This record gives sequence, C-alpha cells and structure tokens, in this order.
Amino acid sequence: MVNLIAPRKVEAMKVQIDQELCCSSGMCALNVPEIFDQRDEDGVGVVLEPSPPDRLQNAVRHAASLCPSGAITVQDD
Amino acid sequence: MSITTDQTEFLAVPAARGTCPFAPPPSYERAREENPVTRVDLWDGSQCWMVTGYDETRTVLGDQRFSADITRPGFPFLSESRRALSNTAQTFIRMDDPEHARLRRMLTSDFMLKKMEVVRPRIQSIAEELLDRMIDGRSQADLVADFALPLPSLVICLMLGVPYEDHGYFQDCSRTMLNTQSSAEEVNNARRDLADYMERLAEHKRLAPDDGIVSRLVERDELTPDQVASMGLLLLVAGHETTANMTALSVLALLRNPDQLARLREDPTRIKAAVEELLRYLSIVHSGLPRVASEDLILGGQLIKAGEGVVCMINTANRDEHAFPHGGELDVDRDARRHVAFGFGVHQCLGQPLARAELQIALETILRRLPDLRLATEFEDVSFRHEMLVYGVHALPVAW
Repeated sequence: MVNLIAPRKVEAMKVQIDQELCCSSGMCALNVPEIFDQRDEDGVGVVLEPSPPDRLQNAVRHAASLCPSGAITVQDD
Repeated sequence: MSITTDQTEFLAVPAARGTCPFAPPPSYERAREENPVTRVDLWDGSQCWMVTGYDETRTVLGDQRFSADITRPGFPFLSESRRALSNTAQTFIRMDDPEHARLRRMLTSDFMLKKMEVVRPRIQSIAEELLDRMIDGRSQADLVADFALPLPSLVICLMLGVPYEDHGYFQDCSRTMLNTQSSAEEVNNARRDLADYMERLAEHKRLAPDDGIVSRLVERDELTPDQVASMGLLLLVAGHETTANMTALSVLALLRNPDQLARLREDPTRIKAAVEELLRYLSIVHSGLPRVASEDLILGGQLIKAGEGVVCMINTANRDEHAFPHGGELDVDRDARRHVAFGFGVHQCLGQPLARAELQIALETILRRLPDLRLATEFEDVSFRHEMLVYGVHALPVAW
C-alpha cells in the first residue's frame, strides 16, 4: 500500500515568556493551564510546553493578547 | 463631567449616574462615543485627560511611559483628600518599575492561582457558615452585612494574620478613606489610624511570628516598619472592600436580570464565565485609574505632553461597543475575559485570583442555598454607593 496522502503540515508554534516583564497576574495559567504555570516563589509565569499542540494554539494566542504586561510572545513558523 | 466650560468639561469623580444604577455616568459614555481621549478640568483648576475607550485604556495601562509614580509632577489627583494622601508612605501601586516590581514580587506568590486552590476550601466553609447563620430562624437579612462584607474580610484577615475581632475598626477606617465626602483631614486621620494599627500588628508579629503575610513581610527584613504598614493596609482595604461590593452588586444585578439568573441556575458551570461578565458589567472601581505621561505620547490621535495627567475610566471602557457588542447588557454567556475591571498592564490587580475565587464561591453558594432569593425592598429604595471610591450598595435587603 502506498500512502498517497501527505501528512498535514502542522503549524509549529513557539511560545515564550519574558520573565522580567511578567507581573505575575496569572492570567496565562488561568486560561491555558496545559501550557502555562507560575513559579512557586513569586508567581512569575513559566511555559510548560513551548510548542503547543494544534488544539491549544488559538487559546495560547488569546492568552498572549490578555497578558497585562505583554510578556508572552507567540511565534508561528 | 457635567458642567461645560469654553473648551473643556469639568470632571466630577464620580460623576452622576443616569437612570440605570449599573451603568457608568452618561457623561462618561457620551465622551467615549464622541472623544475617547478628552481634556477635562479637575477640582483644583488643573487639567487632565479622561480616557474612556477600551483600546485607549489598554494602551495607557499597558505602557509604562504612562507612569503610575504619584510623586511625579502632573500626577492627577481627583480630590483634595487624594492629594493629601500622596504625602504618606506609598506602596507599589503608585510606583514604576523597577521598584514597583521588586515590592510587588514580595506578595505575588501569596495570591497566585496555585495558592488559591489551597485557600478555596477555607473560603467555601466560611461562605457556608455565614449563610447558615444568616438563614437561621429568619426569612430576610441584609446580604451586605451578613455575607458579602464578612466573607472577604474574614478571608483577607486569615491571609494577612489580622485578628478578625478588629473588623469594626478597620472597616470604619477604610470606609472613611474611600468616601469622597470625607475631608482631607478625615482621610488622613483614618489612614494614619489604620497605618498605626498595622505597625503595631507588625511589631507583634516580630515577637510572635505566624504564617500570615504580615509576619512574613516582617521576617524578610527588607522593608521599613511604615512600608510593612502601608503594604498591609493596602491589602486589607483592597482585600475586603472590592469583593464585598462586587458580591452584593452582582446579586442585585442578577435579581434585576431574571433571565440571566435563571440561565445560571440551570447551568451552574457558567459561574466562572458569569463572574467575568459581572466584573465587566459592574466595574466597581468607578473613580478611574490615574497615570501621568513621562514623555510626549500620542493617544487616540491626541498629543499627551510629558507631565500631563491621564485618568482611565475602566467602567466606561468595559462597555465600549467595539470590544463588547451590546456592552450595556448583562449576558452571562458572553466571553468577557478581556475586560479591564482589574486594570491592565503591570499594575493589574495583584489579588485577582483571590477575588475570582471569592466571587465564584460566593455566587455559587448563594444560588445553591437560596433558590427563592429575592429583593426584600423596592429596587428604587436600594441605596447605591455613589459617594464611595468603590461602587456598590450600602445594604441589600433580601428574602428567601
């Protein structure tokens, strides 16, 4: 059997948090807990999964737009 | 903003509301439609910019060139008593980075989401106990005095390590501080009384440490006693006034919108979304968020010069039709998460995870325990907190 159907190209997304800019509002961890968390000592945001799966990419973009300190950057390749 | 002069309008804070007590003052809404960045006169004859549009509000609050430093010349004071308070020890909410970030980060871990998951069961049991007591042998009560106010007061006392027996004292002081009718002297005295109280508490914690926030701030040894007192005072006042008023006003708004109330009763999983929508719709911090431009900046087509004050009216921004279609309507099915009720930018409310937890628990518990909840007075007789810096109702007589 020859597989004629090419695998669907998955959009690669890269998420980062600038921990200097972060004001620990926790909005990202509230909205997409699968991808974002907060450091125990000061609540600064951390990225759990820098390449979010397809199904969470819109939620991650939304979280970036809600981030009050503009600390989240989302890069689409 | 009611009296029109030659060029600008006079900014009364807060301005008179119209026929709907939940809606922002009509003068602010008119400004948003006509000119979302508009020059206004203040009480002392100085001028500042009033920002009422959603995008413009996010721009100001998200850009630290709009400084929150109260000591910077041109910082707008909305009354004489606010200006009088500027001479007292300031907290991070009136500072810029890096000092703002250094001080704020001493507290962020206490209010983060993970911490709230630990605090939630405690909030829940307090809510149940308060309702047990409220319902016991009675058919009506004042929801503010018996539930909405004691719930967040008890919780913030627990978190800070403040003895709740003293609630009459600190609630009195904070009422005077937040009343726009108080004289500068009254506000200063109330603030000093509360700061002295917090300083004595901090001193006590130094001798008898516990696991509360005040004790931990004392142990860090990075803050002067008056800084600890200012920070504790900020958390104590902000921690009970805001949630208390949001809770009571939310219940009233739902009682006045029976279709929305029914929607929530039929699907309690909507509570989280409903809380966001109520935060947007009610936006109880109705006195505006002040900033001052640290350099010349363009905002909404207007040139804001360095040293000019800016006040963001978040209650009006949160009903901007561009951001929230039919923004004047309460719709618990709306995705309202981008509201600016907690502000925006690096100063966005530190306690928002706590506020959310308290509001979600308060509403869920009230709806579950009081299936026949109704107003026990005429709506027209409800007394709204027009004169207070945090909006809400003075009392909410309810029956069940």
